[in-house]
Amino acid sequence: MNRSIVLAVTLAASLSALGMEAALAQEAAIPPPQHWSFSGPFGLYDPEQLQRGFKIYREVCSTCHSLKLLAFRDLTDRGGPGFTEAKAKAIAASFQVTDGPNKQGQMYQRPGRLADHFPPPFPNDQAARAALGGALPPDMSDLAKGRGYERGFPWFIFDAFTQYQEEGPDYIHAILTGYTAPPSGITVPPGASYNKYFPGHNLGMPRPLSDGQVKYTDGAPETVDQYGRDVTAFLAWASEPKLDQRKRLGFQVFVYLIVLTGLLYFTKKRVWRDVHHPAELTKPPASA
Amino acid sequence: MSASSIYTPQNPFMRWLERRLPIGGLVYSSFVVYPTPRNLNYWWTFGAILSFMLVVQIVTGVVLAMHYTANADLAFDSVESIMRDVNYGWLLRYVHANGASFFFVAVYAHIVRGMYYGSYKEPREVLWVLGVILFLLMVATGFLGYVLPWGQMSFWAATVITSLFSAIPGIGGAVVEWLWGGYAVGNPTLNRFYSLHYLLPFIITGVVVLHVWALHVVGQNNPTGVEPKTEKDTVPFTPHATLKDAFFIGVFLLFFAWFVFYIPNYLYHPDNYIPANPSQTPTHIVPEWYYLPFYAILRAIPNKLLGVIALVGSIVLLAFLPWLDTSRVRSANYRPLFRVFLLIFFAVVIGLGYLGSKPPEGGYVTAARFLTAYYFIFLLIILPLLGLFETTKPLPNSISESVLRRSAPAGASAPLAGRE
Ligand code: HEC
Ligand code: HEM
Repeated sequence: MNRSIVLAVTLAASLSALGMEAALAQEAAIPPPQHWSFSGPFGLYDPEQLQRGFKIYREVCSTCHSLKLLAFRDLTDRGGPGFTEAKAKAIAASFQVTDGPNKQGQMYQRPGRLADHFPPPFPNDQAARAALGGALPPDMSDLAKGRGYERGFPWFIFDAFTQYQEEGPDYIHAILTGYTAPPSGITVPPGASYNKYFPGHNLGMPRPLSDGQVKYTDGAPETVDQYGRDVTAFLAWASEPKLDQRKRLGFQVFVYLIVLTGLLYFTKKRVWRDVHHPAELTKPPASA
Repeated sequence: MSASSIYTPQNPFMRWLERRLPIGGLVYSSFVVYPTPRNLNYWWTFGAILSFMLVVQIVTGVVLAMHYTANADLAFDSVESIMRDVNYGWLLRYVHANGASFFFVAVYAHIVRGMYYGSYKEPREVLWVLGVILFLLMVATGFLGYVLPWGQMSFWAATVITSLFSAIPGIGGAVVEWLWGGYAVGNPTLNRFYSLHYLLPFIITGVVVLHVWALHVVGQNNPTGVEPKTEKDTVPFTPHATLKDAFFIGVFLLFFAWFVFYIPNYLYHPDNYIPANPSQTPTHIVPEWYYLPFYAILRAIPNKLLGVIALVGSIVLLAFLPWLDTSRVRSANYRPLFRVFLLIFFAVVIGLGYLGSKPPEGGYVTAARFLTAYYFIFLLIILPLLGLFETTKPLPNSISESVLRRSAPAGASAPLAGRE
């Protein structure tokens, strides 16, 4: 079988050379990989970072982006930002949600409760487009899983072993820090901003973050880079809130499977011993 | 067969049952005393792995179905609520989604085994054809399932694949509308896909029963391709094959768990975490990895109808392998030329898989055309001719002879060593 592997690899390598031209033509820059607390087999979210990230979502992004799939109760989950129930209740109450109809048949606004989902900033997509010059801010619940970039050969193969799967977070962080002046000769259409990492470069989102914009109480640096990292970690949690449970259970499953498979291996070896070493061979030949 | 192959239960209830429904005897003769060649390697464990994965898919699928809503407006959110609100829902979904991929890993290994060791040849033709039918059913089931979460890729893959039927001359358009239940992929399409996705695994189960039945009539092939002749050539299924299968299922599950727990979205397209949007086409529409070689074949052919014919042909031709391959020697280990052409064929399929993931432009298309040509030339020309011209290596007289020769310690003056 070795030969087929060698063949496959050479074949794939020569093909990827063919792909080079296409890759050069594609302009968006590759997002630089960041260090994330939640990468790797044991990496988990950092609650303090998620709380800072939530603050940024709350104060900045939530004016345009919805977070529909998340409920306020999720903020208290283990493995998440770890807000106390009282704190989460207070956060919920600071949002106005639409309820109803009441006995008079009217919809009405009331403060949010733990069971409510985050209310959207705009009543519908058209309202959002109308307010934002035609561009639609995507819902953020799955943003960290619903974005990424092409890893290409051979990186995508290594990723399966290194467990690299933070393309989404790397991309979002890159977008938030990737606002630059357009290269000379390039004109950006009105309402769009030039972004190094956005495919096509003309991003319909004006630069959302600037240094010192959000006050941190825990001494973390108040820079765009740090803001970007924190809000991205928060979005990663929002899109994969059960990561903590998944990795903890995964470890137990691995220990269990390794022990079970090991025992099966030795049992199997024992049972097959007589087949692999038949009596004909273990007996010394008569002539010796 | 030997006296031990008769099932005589000790338990009075089983004895009572056995006289009315001899199910104990069936299990006993099929999975306990069933003689299995003593020289099988681990490629022979994939049948058991496939059976195991089929059960995994059905069990997780049935539970997912309790929480899933097949409605174009609700499907995406219902899957998300499985991930977020259902207890261990994330586990169910990740096992089911990655389980489909690993089901295909196993079936490809199983098919490679069959092709390498010539398991499709006389008297296993029906067994083989049933296998290809199983593969086709799996392909259909996987595609239907991928549509259910109703993300961007779900929607657009459904659109692209169903549109293939429009290539049928004359009635194509009508067929596509009939499949869709409307003038575009929409709620009626989702509903029928759900219904069929639930149905097909049980049809697969039925065909697996036939497949295993056929297997137990003709017996397993083995790496030498020489049929067992005496009892020395075989060992009883239990405990030998049972334990070997169980051990390798464990190894397979370790790989599977790596994906489920640590990189659950590695094989998933990010766009499928964006809800379906009929007014926005993704930049590249790509199918799941296990369809990529066939997708590449489809796109390699400039004419739509011919492309579809090549796509279907590339799978259906496999069913004709027993008749396309004219050699009487089964195992590639004794067919030096066939072995090389076959390994190239496997590499070509991997290459096609890579090309299927790339946009259909420039060098990719040219490469895909060459590889597609080899795919069909191998099956339609090389295989039939090879059997007529190839000089094969001498076959061992029996399985046990080949085993003894292999396990003879180097330099030992075992009686058979001199014959090499
Ligand atoms: C003024 C409104 C506004 C604010 C505030 C805002 N965004 Fe956006 N955002 C948008 C719009 C509009 C788009 C869609 C842009 C497009 O499609 O061209 C967008 C798109 C994005 C994208 C997606 C780019 C892609 O690949 O499609 C990301 C990531 C993003 N925003 C992150 C953020 C983060 C993080 C914050 C908070 C720090 C934030 N945004 C604050 C309006 C906003
Ligand atoms: C749902 C999918 C399938 C299941 C559950 C399944 C199950 C099995 C099982 C349990 C065996 C016996 C163990 C073994 O020899 O590996 C077997 C044998 C076999 N299967 Fe499958 N199978 C499936 C699909 C296929 C496909 C797609 C093919 C070929 C196209 C195929 C071809 C064969 C052949 C030729 C044998 C006999 C192998 C030999 O003895 O050499 N099967 N199958």
